[in-house]
Formats: sequence, structure tokens, C-alpha cells
Amino acid sequence: MTPTLFQALQAARKAKRPVLLATRLSDGAQALVGTDGAHGANLPEAVVAAARTALADDVARTVESEGARWFLHPHNPPLRLIVVGAVHIAQALAPMAPPLGFAVTVIDPRRFFATDERFPGVTLDTRWPDEAMAELKPDSRSAVVTLTHDPKLDDPALDAALRSDAFYIGALGSRRTHAARLARLTELGHSREALARIRGPIGLAIEAETAPEIALAIMAEIVAVRRRAPLVSPAREAA
Amino acid sequence: MNTDAEDILSTAGQWVAEGETVVLATVVETWGSSPRPAGSRLAVTASGKMAGSVSGGCIEGAVADAAREVMASGTPRVLTFGVTNERAWEVGLACGGTVSVFVEKLG
Repeated sequence: MTPTLFQALQAARKAKRPVLLATRLSDGAQALVGTDGAHGANLPEAVVAAARTALADDVARTVESEGARWFLHPHNPPLRLIVVGAVHIAQALAPMAPPLGFAVTVIDPRRFFATDERFPGVTLDTRWPDEAMAELKPDSRSAVVTLTHDPKLDDPALDAALRSDAFYIGALGSRRTHAARLARLTELGHSREALARIRGPIGLAIEAETAPEIALAIMAEIVAVRRRAPLVSPAREAA
Repeated sequence: MNTDAEDILSTAGQWVAEGETVVLATVVETWGSSPRPAGSRLAVTASGKMAGSVSGGCIEGAVADAAREVMASGTPRVLTFGVTNERAWEVGLACGGTVSVFVEKLG
């Protein structure tokens, strides 16, 4: 890889701009392709089209074009994990997420919880969840987890998450708490199908008890949903 | 905060900045069962530093050998390891899969 190309790739990654590295395997010729297909190189159209698909799918693959094999390597920005509640479980969850490819933001307006001391190196947002969520704008590469148990904080975050494309929404709380929560969210106008997106009780069933165990169960469930592992959906389980 | 502990590119870039000669190996294709998916990276330096992986540890040694050749020649190459490959049999891809790795000099 030439220094110029490497710098451009690192710059795109730093700016959290999705970019694909295309490599012709026969001679190592390389170019970067953006989501709009721009590449500033002499790439066959079919390769550019396949590159855009690979970037959207977030899957690396090889393609053949005009007798040459190309390796298409997407570099998408990190997935995001938005945690509501700077609680004990969040302290366990925050360091687990980055190695799994997630950039973490912890939202909690209660400043005695959301301190740098409790969350070293973690991005903290001390606005109210509705305000924070409006700016963070969860997308299809975002997971939203609510951990406060407090409807004043959890509900607005869940409301916003349900109106977004977040690929994972999970809420901490017992079955009873969750049923009451769903009733409140129904009053906010969310349908039964929409509410089925919320995973509650949150996390894979591993009999988690301690904060790190619960964090592990949550993180495992997020990875399972992202990788489309066959999981019993909360709605089906309840039915 | 570093958002990706597997950020091999940044580690490799750091090594280049420190004056190391660095080779990147990237899994480009897999067949059958193989431990690391396409896009997985391994960075190795002339001084013997290593970050990341392209297998469960079965072929890293052979890739590091090839990396030394790429360091010397500067010419990228594709290596294939698998049960149908004599060399791989020696190296031993325990999972029984086949993996194709692109090896290039960085910078």
C-alpha cells in the first residue's frame, strides 16, 4: 500500500467516513471507493458497483472483473453503543464494547453517576435522554441499551430508539417492569410490532447475576443480533 | 478512547512512523471452515513485531516468512493455504479449510 493511499484510508477512518479499499490481486494495484462510488482511479464499472454493495453489506469479498480478481475490503465507521444510565452495569459494559467494534456513549443527566472517575476514557453525555438521543441520532449501525430502571430516563430513550433504525434495542428490568414499560410506550403510540423490537428482559439467558455477567449477557445478545444468530425473539417467547 | 482493539492498521501505521519496515497480510478469501473471515489482518515488522491474525495461529509463521520476502522485493503477493496445498499440509491448517492471504508492504 502506498503511503498516500494509506494516509487517505486512515483519514477516512478517522473522519468516520465509510470507504472501501479495492485491491487487484494480480499486481496489488489499489484504490479507495466512497459510498457514492467516487474513486479517482481507473476502476472497471463493475468493480465500483460491487464495491458499493460490499460497503453497504459491510462484508469483505473478492470479485472477478475483466479477467482480474479484486479484493473489496470495506472500512466502515465503528458501530455505536448508546447506553442510558451511568450505573454499575454500564461501568462493566463500557470497556467490553470497544474491542467488539463499538464506540460507546453513556447518557445520564445525574452527574453523580456520570463521572469521568467512574467511566475513564468513556464518552459521557449528561443531557436528558430525549435531548441526547435527538442529537446522537441512532442509525442502523447503532445499539441502544437502557439501564436506569427509571421511566423518566428510560422511556424517552426507548421512545427515540423505536423511532430510529437502531439494530438493537434492549431494556433492563424484570418481566413485570418490562410489561409496565410496554404499556407506557403503547400510550406513546407505539404498536405491538414496534415494541417487539425491544429486548426485555435484556441479554442472553446465561443466569447472569453480577454486573459484569449482566454486561456480558447484553453484549453477547448485541453481537448475536448483529451477526443474525438464530435467537428466540422476545415477542415469540411471550406468545 | 480507541474504539477498536483490533485496529491493526493504526498499529501498523504507528510502527511505520517509528521507522519500522511493515508488511500487512490480509485474508482475502476463505473456503470451508477457517477461523478468520475475509478482511482479517496481520501486521509484521522486520524486527519481528506482530499484531492481529489471519488464522487461528496455524499459518502466521509461514505468512511471516513470506512477509520477509515481500519486505525485500516490495512486490505484493497472494498466498494460499489449505489441505490441497503441499506447503499448507506442512504448515498444517488444522481446521481443514483453505485461506487466501494478500501480503503487501506498507508505505
